[in-house]
Amino acid sequence: MTPEEQEALKRARRGRNIALALVLLAFIVLFYAITIVKFGH
Amino acid sequence: MESVRTFSSPAEWRDCFALTKPRVMSLVVFTGLCGLLAAPAYINPVLGFTAVLCIAMGAGGAGALNQWWEADLDARMKRTANRPLPQGRMPRINARDFGIALSVASVALMGLAVNLLSAVVLAISILYYAVVYTIWLKPRTPQNIVIGGGAGAFPPLIGWVAVTGHITWMPVLLFAIIFMWTPPHFWALALFVKSDYAKAGVPMMPVVKGEAVTRRQILVYAVVLFLVSLAPWWVGGTGLIYGLSALALSALFVALCVPVALRRSSENDRMKPEKRLFAYSVLYLFALFTALVADRLILGQGVVA
Repeated sequence: MTPEEQEALKRARRGRNIALALVLLAFIVLFYAITIVKFGH
Repeated sequence: MESVRTFSSPAEWRDCFALTKPRVMSLVVFTGLCGLLAAPAYINPVLGFTAVLCIAMGAGGAGALNQWWEADLDARMKRTANRPLPQGRMPRINARDFGIALSVASVALMGLAVNLLSAVVLAISILYYAVVYTIWLKPRTPQNIVIGGGAGAFPPLIGWVAVTGHITWMPVLLFAIIFMWTPPHFWALALFVKSDYAKAGVPMMPVVKGEAVTRRQILVYAVVLFLVSLAPWWVGGTGLIYGLSALALSALFVALCVPVALRRSSENDRMKPEKRLFAYSVLYLFALFTALVADRLILGQGVVA
């Protein structure tokens, strides 16, 4: 694997990790909101 | 898979996103949201949002499973050759796992947050698209688009059931509208890109049954669509706003199908009527469902009545 490929791989991994973190964060907020709404019933 | 380059690097998030077929998903989200908004009951906005999200996630999961199964086929078509799997940008098996994860999560969340019936219908729709359509019938019958249209017809029904918790005539009619809309919509496209499908060996109607049959069937479906699109008005499920909109929109749809049905393409044909029909068919669906929601929001709330 060339240094360029290594760099591209790193960049792809970081991008995907950030995307996954944002998705998880959004789900935490959503599940919290759903729980509050469900308690209200 | 020998021709496809594979390596174990983590895929870019854009590639995962591309697996969910975002453009198909936009139509799915729109019709699902319309089904939800047109339903005659109240749903908490958070739960409504969750329901639409689940419909989108389910569609995305089914789209990823479709691309997992059809990676070799996609590589042979110009339109799909630059998708992540044919390009070898991620291992094929990751697409399958991503699709399954999205599908399972969407059904589970729908069941927990919204209601059981909508989760069941969502699960059926995902299995229908990924298994019945993609794996079983698409490569086997020239009626594949009619069957595939069934998968695309689920979102407004699921959106409606997410609110009401029951299946009644109205959500079934919304299903029927998209079911009848899909063949003329897609065959109009297939008429001007048929060489590509022929190369990939997909038995599309124009390739297998010929142009004349395809053109005739476009008109037949359009006429049935005309009747089905007016049915919600006739059964009293909607008011005049939807009824008159559907009448005008569907009449124009049939009018655009007539020249497509009556003509035959020649050598180097520019296929203008077919392209016009295809472009209008997308606008038609957006306009019809917008009218449905407007009808509900304006007449259903007693603003005008």
